[in-house]
Amino acid sequence: MLSNGSRRLILAHFWLAFAAFLLALVLGEWQMYIRSPLHDWISNPELYYRAVTAHGSAMAYVFPLLVAMGFGYAIAELALKQPLIGLRWAWASFGLVVLGTVTAMAPVSMGLASVLYTFYPPMIGNAFFYIGIVLVVVGSWIWVALMGINLNAWKKAHSGEPVPLPMFANVAGAYLWAWTSVGAAMEILFQILPVALGFKSTIDAGLARVFFSWTLHAIVYFWLMPTYIAFYVLVPRAIGGRLYSDAMARISFVLFLVFSMPIGMHHLFQDPQVGSGMKFMHAVFTAMVSVPTLLTIFTICASVEIAGRLRGGKGALGWIAALPWKNPMMLAVAFSFVMLGFGGAGGLINMSYQLDFVIHNTQWVTGHFHLIFGGAIVIMYFAIAYDLWPHLTGRALESVRLMRAQLWLWFIGMLVVTFPWHFVGILGMPRRMAYFDYSHPALAPQAIYVTVTFVGGLLLVASAVLFILVLVRGHLANRITLPEFRFSTPVHATTRVPVALNSFALWIALMIGLTVVNYGFPIAQLMALPQTSVPAVPSVVK
Amino acid sequence: MMETERVFSLRNVWFTASVGAVIGIAAVAALIGFIWIPLEQSNKTVAGLWDAICTAAGVPESFRQVQQSAAPIAGPSNVIVSAQMMKPADGLSIGRGAALAPQCTMCHGVRGMSHADAPNLAGQHDAAIYKQLRDFKSGHRTSAIMGALVAGLGDQDMRDLAAYFAGLPRGPEATAADARHEAPVIVRNGSPMRNIAGCTSCHGGIDIKTGSPRLDGESESYLRAQLLAFATGARHNDIYGQMRNVARQMTPEEIDTTARFFAGR
Repeated sequence: MLSNGSRRLILAHFWLAFAAFLLALVLGEWQMYIRSPLHDWISNPELYYRAVTAHGSAMAYVFPLLVAMGFGYAIAELALKQPLIGLRWAWASFGLVVLGTVTAMAPVSMGLASVLYTFYPPMIGNAFFYIGIVLVVVGSWIWVALMGINLNAWKKAHSGEPVPLPMFANVAGAYLWAWTSVGAAMEILFQILPVALGFKSTIDAGLARVFFSWTLHAIVYFWLMPTYIAFYVLVPRAIGGRLYSDAMARISFVLFLVFSMPIGMHHLFQDPQVGSGMKFMHAVFTAMVSVPTLLTIFTICASVEIAGRLRGGKGALGWIAALPWKNPMMLAVAFSFVMLGFGGAGGLINMSYQLDFVIHNTQWVTGHFHLIFGGAIVIMYFAIAYDLWPHLTGRALESVRLMRAQLWLWFIGMLVVTFPWHFVGILGMPRRMAYFDYSHPALAPQAIYVTVTFVGGLLLVASAVLFILVLVRGHLANRITLPEFRFSTPVHATTRVPVALNSFALWIALMIGLTVVNYGFPIAQLMALPQTSVPAVPSVVK
Repeated sequence: MMETERVFSLRNVWFTASVGAVIGIAAVAALIGFIWIPLEQSNKTVAGLWDAICTAAGVPESFRQVQQSAAPIAGPSNVIVSAQMMKPADGLSIGRGAALAPQCTMCHGVRGMSHADAPNLAGQHDAAIYKQLRDFKSGHRTSAIMGALVAGLGDQDMRDLAAYFAGLPRGPEATAADARHEAPVIVRNGSPMRNIAGCTSCHGGIDIKTGSPRLDGESESYLRAQLLAFATGARHNDIYGQMRNVARQMTPEEIDTTARFFAGR
């Protein structure tokens, strides 16, 4: 059971996350409208990039971070069955995230930092934008420390026992985030802020991009962590099945820890400042991420099959029909897997050095990461919120039909948005454009697809409004006596776990070691090379 | 008890297997990415194993000497320079030159004044521009960039370009009086004992010989590079070896002084 203090803490995280999400979503839909043939050319493109910056920063940093933090606190108390240690620090961390969000978004909304969430040096925006992001990240580091402290306290009291899987996965995600965020932190602290504060006028954009790539891909796996945790520890229980293998889950999470990091340079395939051999290394390790991904897909499909067979499903495929399709968690995991499948297939194109040339910096890329993050990942965030909500509010969450409608809308909306984006990307439509001349004969055939994505966006907005409605109704429903919160139970009870799968030292050592191997030389070389800096470009254009 | 089991130990199979696998994957990837692929690539620009590794790691390399026009071209130039070689510029010719000029502006500047250490063409003598274009085309003077750009130009095109750039505005040329007062000795008088004629006797100041370019205001690094190229013979399109004979005799300091002087005019 969650204590009242933790409930308030977790609800604060979730509500801020979902508020940022809703605002950013509306901005995203506005951008789709502006870029589509439904709207005349925007007279001031800066407004468009202002919206892109706000949308990206809120969706990439604030929203998933707060969901992971809130979910992490819930797991720490529910899985370890001990009161959360450091509740005051947790509120301080939340305060820093709030302060950072406001500090960053003020200059963005004033048009002083339209540099997108990826920063793009040599563009330099108002210093407060970067300071705000740093505050958000520092706030999240407190959460990382708290997760480690809570786990270690439990371990001390339960010497020799296996760490509960939810907490093991949760701490893996926290440690992954801690190391991942170091790249962007170094970029901001040592490269961008000195320029933004006026101490320097030039910046090494190539080195900055290398630092950002350190963060840029692993952050996706950090976003993915709550989703994967939900796959393993919520889905089997929610649909009446068993987790097929506890060990397989642990192996997947530690492999994510190792292989998430040394792969970010596949974002720099077209960058001249990195050698082709380094790019190849990163492509190889990117491919290695398919191992924990496929392990997860196998394990979860097996777990779901157990549920189908327990419900009387027979034959090779008969168990699928027997699944509880009216259960929102069942719908969510199915939709998530479909989107993960398509997104993963598209990702194979992005991570292949040669194939990437075709789609680099096109709408394909936008389509890809919206399908993976906005689709496969975020739909599980909804499911996590639905699953936890009664335990946070102490009230019943009864709008099951609304939940199903919301999930269907999100699934269809995301497909309608991202599939045409992939297609126009192949046709060569660049991303990050404020407007297109659809009267041009070469672009005219793309107009219909861009219009279609706007309609998909409307479905997404409708779905998000329904989501908020379901949660608000949850606060207004009748109080109920809650059963004890349970995570899924594995087929074979976890009595013994090898120390390697019960601790993180080995995997953190491999994570840092691989980072040194794959990033050490390019960073050292770029730092040592003279004359690699260029004049900074202030983003403010009046 | 499992907590007594040590993770960082060669006897722990989790340790040996995971570290071994990661090192193995990294080693195989490095062998393919740093050695096999660079050595196998068809353009064969790498010279040996270490070069392959450095190239793949992204170590910047200095520009390689490109071997051009393998067949040696006899004689310095096939342009017959005479006082009547250029017709008086007419509007039609200048207009055609202006239409051709955009392919020059990336290096030589929108109005013939370069920001890229390429020669300034504005106000340059038409005969000088025309002769150099002819020499680039015939291969008597070599340049990876200019050789490709002049390949498509006909004789009239080159005359038109010369007429256009010669007509673009630039400050007045130095007079003999200026030259006497300001110029270093090597520029003003040369060094008769070493068979060096003063620059001003052909390039303006005292006299302008047909085909000789005006030098004032040209880029210092460009002038120095040309004098050094004449000195080594890498550039050899000067009729009768006039410039090669001069540049060979000049000391590096004199070359520096000369380049700096003209660049500062």
